[in-house]
Amino acid sequence: MSVQMNLAAVFAVATQATWKGSKALLAKESVFLPALGFLGIIVLWWAIALLRSDLMPTPPEAFVNNLDFILNPFYQRGPGDLGIGWLLIASLRRVLIGFVLGALVAIPIGFLIGMSRPMMLALNPVIQIFKPVSPLAWLPIALAIFNLADPSAIFVIFITSLWPTIINTALGVSSVSQDFIDVACVLEMPKWRQIYKIILPASLPYIFTGLRISLGIAWLVIVAVEMLTGGIGIGFFVWDEWSRLNLSSVFLAVLVIGVTGLLLDFALARLQVLVTHRKPLTTN
Amino acid sequence: MFKSTLQSPDNNPTQSSEANFLVIENLTKAYPASNGGEFVVLDNINLTISANEYVSLIGHSGCGKSTLLKIVAGLERATSGLVTLEGKEVRKPGCDRMMVFQHYSLLPWLTVRENIRLAVDEVLEGLPNSEKAQIVNEHLAMVNLMGAANKYPDEISGGMKQRVGIARALAIRPKMLLMDEPFGALDALTRGKLQKQVLDIWENHRQAVMMVTHDVDEAIYMSDRIVMLTNGPNAQIGEILEVPFPHPRDRQQLRESSLYFELRNHALNFLDRYFSSDD
Repeated sequence: MSVQMNLAAVFAVATQATWKGSKALLAKESVFLPALGFLGIIVLWWAIALLRSDLMPTPPEAFVNNLDFILNPFYQRGPGDLGIGWLLIASLRRVLIGFVLGALVAIPIGFLIGMSRPMMLALNPVIQIFKPVSPLAWLPIALAIFNLADPSAIFVIFITSLWPTIINTALGVSSVSQDFIDVACVLEMPKWRQIYKIILPASLPYIFTGLRISLGIAWLVIVAVEMLTGGIGIGFFVWDEWSRLNLSSVFLAVLVIGVTGLLLDFALARLQVLVTHRKPLTTN
Repeated sequence: MFKSTLQSPDNNPTQSSEANFLVIENLTKAYPASNGGEFVVLDNINLTISANEYVSLIGHSGCGKSTLLKIVAGLERATSGLVTLEGKEVRKPGCDRMMVFQHYSLLPWLTVRENIRLAVDEVLEGLPNSEKAQIVNEHLAMVNLMGAANKYPDEISGGMKQRVGIARALAIRPKMLLMDEPFGALDALTRGKLQKQVLDIWENHRQAVMMVTHDVDEAIYMSDRIVMLTNGPNAQIGEILEVPFPHPRDRQQLRESSLYFELRNHALNFLDRYFSSDD
């Protein structure tokens, strides 16, 4: 996840700069230097494209080629010929369904593992073995079960989302400060109420860390899954445009996928602030 | 080794149940040691605390004074011996013996008000909401925290946090207050201020208090009796020091009396004696 740029971190730097009261510094740290980074990439791309024009289009060429996609993100010109906005929505739908299902299963399992040592001993080896398996390896199994591309893709995302959330939830639950448990005990709080009044809120920062890692990987994986399953989605779009030797659209797709991933992480970080009333742990 | 027991003015001799409010009998706490034997922390502790008495436990770190407090709280079990509160055996934690923790133990996801409310909700479950809110407000006012009621624990100072801890403890109306080095993590100025505040509150609402401390001045200023533990392992009650100053107490007046220095020197000598035998 270190490749993923953290929008929240950029904003944190920006707000820090405002507190220092220096507008020049704000402009430099949150606008100028990041812009310089992007400029560097474009220059590099341009240079390569100029030297080997057979290899790839230059940035202005790519922009002109993509103008239709950019101006009409939501066109519908027949079955399967949809604007990039629709493709994005289709991919997001799969990711979100799989991710939410994964979270609904992973958080309770993480609680069980974190609270009970026998559960931890029983489930930890299974998790340790499944965790390093590329989620794509589950695709044939999913296709065998569902016989359909769409549920299979969602299933793969579901599996992808499980492990980081389970592991982080279990870590959070097992590391709830004994002081908090002591408070609950002295107040004679019943165990089930301790779970949702003490243990759940205390481990929320860890749970959110797990969710953010899960969602990040899920967004990585959906592109690969869609390349394999085909159908409507941003991943298949990348593959399809490559087959048509339309590299300009692939560049556009890479940009769109990157920005969407960033926004997903940012949205989850905002949700964390809303739910926990606390600043998120920076996960970079 | 016990000094003669002076009755505090409001200690009515007819009420023996009040005098034997908390009774610790032959209490021993031991952990299994790695060599198969036992590591005895507390050895045969006997102590009685009356209903309106402020008692301090003092001793070197590691002597087991916090363990003793936790056993009274029910957070740890004694290996043998008996702890009774109003004649009933203490077996598990209970809201009749509320703790004030050294590191405050406030829930960081709740505001100051919500932290106190959580305790009130849990213990005074049957009360209507308006009455609960009233209790929370009263106790916020008692520790001068009305202005910070809606702040989160990491937005307030250590002294304020401990005031929340004290308000939370008092709000559930415990029969007994257990304080584990409540001022230990505070700077000296804040500590002095908070000691005075807590003593003021206690002087207005007397109840049984057991406070662990390692500060002799704090123990003399605040408590009616000082229980001095010998060094662990096998810590025992070495001596119980009566502090005969009447309440309400004024720290400056106390410091001017020669008795204060006698008590202080006596306690320090006791601690020094055990210190030199340790290291």
